[in-house]
Amino acid sequence: MDTLLNRYRNITVLLLVIFAQLILLAYQVKNDKDVRLIRLAAVTAVTPLARAIETVRGGTDGFLQNYVLLRDARSENGHLRSELGKLKLENQFLRTELGTADRAKALGAFEARSPSKMIAARVIATATGASASAVFVDRGSTSGVEKGMAVVTPDGIVGKVLAAYPTASQVLLATDPGFAAGVVSQKNHVHGILKGQGHGNCHVDYVQNEEKVETGEWFYTSGDDRIFPKGMQVGQVTAARAGNPFQEITVDPIGLANGVEEVLIVLAGIHQEIPDFKTAAQPMYLAPAVPGTAKEAQAVSTSGPNGTPALTTDADKITARYREVGEEQGHKFGENPPGSRPADFNLEPKMGEKDGAVVKPRAAGETPVSGAANGGRQGGPSTMKPPAPASPSPASTKPAPGVSPSHPKAASPAQANPPQ
Amino acid sequence: MRYSDEHVLLHTQRDTRTSRFKGWVLVLVPLAAILFQVYIPLFFQFLAYLELPLIVTVYFALMRRSPIGGLLVGAIVGLAQDSLSKNPLGMFGITKTIIGYVAASVGLRLDVDHPMIRLILGLFFFVFHQFIFWVLSRVLLGQQMNFETQRTLVLGLLNAIVAVSLFHFLDKLKQRT
Repeated sequence: MDTLLNRYRNITVLLLVIFAQLILLAYQVKNDKDVRLIRLAAVTAVTPLARAIETVRGGTDGFLQNYVLLRDARSENGHLRSELGKLKLENQFLRTELGTADRAKALGAFEARSPSKMIAARVIATATGASASAVFVDRGSTSGVEKGMAVVTPDGIVGKVLAAYPTASQVLLATDPGFAAGVVSQKNHVHGILKGQGHGNCHVDYVQNEEKVETGEWFYTSGDDRIFPKGMQVGQVTAARAGNPFQEITVDPIGLANGVEEVLIVLAGIHQEIPDFKTAAQPMYLAPAVPGTAKEAQAVSTSGPNGTPALTTDADKITARYREVGEEQGHKFGENPPGSRPADFNLEPKMGEKDGAVVKPRAAGETPVSGAANGGRQGGPSTMKPPAPASPSPASTKPAPGVSPSHPKAASPAQANPPQ
Repeated sequence: MRYSDEHVLLHTQRDTRTSRFKGWVLVLVPLAAILFQVYIPLFFQFLAYLELPLIVTVYFALMRRSPIGGLLVGAIVGLAQDSLSKNPLGMFGITKTIIGYVAASVGLRLDVDHPMIRLILGLFFFVFHQFIFWVLSRVLLGQQMNFETQRTLVLGLLNAIVAVSLFHFLDKLKQRT
């Protein structure tokens, strides 16, 4: 037995190691759980080194830049004293530092402006694997970062936290095929799911072909996914065409457009409104009126009392009638104290006398017939019954010159002959 | 240049002599390779296709000529790589375990000090590594990945060229006996 094991020792160890890893893999896939201890050890070993290298790189970069600038300053100002040179160098160094802090400042401004609670983080490493769209940032669970939190920049969304370790967090970028987020279009409020494609662009899925999405339109987070707060910029549509069964919409994620160096992790998101879509007000050309018809059209359009525009709807006419009746009885709308005697709206306005009509109180059950007052419709003001079809008088059916027959009411006697 | 079978195959005990490395080399070199893979692509994205952990695994397996040593180095490097990826633990682990074992077995039979052999082995192991990973992704994780042969061969060649240079550098870290 020993001889047999010795003979096949290598292959036995190989099979055992592979089998152990298969068990590990099966455990993770089946339970959808991670073996955190192993990852924690690797991340804790690697990310501090990456952070240290990044710090050294930043310092070296700044030093080299300053050194070059110092050489330039010396060549240009060789006659200056050494102390002045030192001061200039210090000044330059501070300016460089300020320049490198500009991005952090922009993030800070956005952080202060946004209602959501955020924390700034710097990208310190990428995930292993050539096709992986994931990075490590230098903020971890000790800074309050948790798995599933949204990661954004002032420009737009970046991704979400895949795993949070004490000193660092792994962020899945929006371009990764495993990424998904709820989005909504700005103009037509079309909802969809943003998905990564493994390269620069993303895809918005589950949008029906009937829904209207235009190229150049912006997509915002919808907040449906409970990861990203509503109202954060996602990207602009670069292509939208009908597909089977859903539209094929390609979006350029704006948050990843210029590379990712500094990001914000949303610790507590607050939903915001999606900005309204504003169309640019463009001047519209109006051709000159046909000669001879301009005056007639003006006569009709200002046929109301005191040259006001003509009333066009039934509601306008009823309101005008009430106002007229109220004014005749000294009733001021909106000013009469509670309990005062209301105006009798059953009385016909006196304007009717001018037209030869007799003003008298309406008998119970009688309906007004005056086409000028109520547009030829039946039903008292208190009943507000739906209008019954009534045969209009010949005067009201005859359109005034220059008025379309489709609007016969505009040519009613009261409007055609305004009070003088 | 003609390279006969006598030069390629190892026959004598002297030829199969294993190389030894100091402990810190065995720890720091794989760590540096992994660090390179997670940090450098931040600035040079095309370098993400450089599989330094694989090259290092192949080197140690070939030089130590011990299948068990090779598979253990492969398993550790692979699992570390898995830990820093979004894959479940074991994908790179299994792949590099097999690579380490096969590389050590090859190292027992071939003269792996010759640059041309190293170039061919570098290409072969890169393609083999990608193929095993592709099979595991499809079979174990059910991912519908495409195996792009042409692209893999080109990247394999680039990795092999880097491997030859890196092997030359790593040879200097061998313990003198």
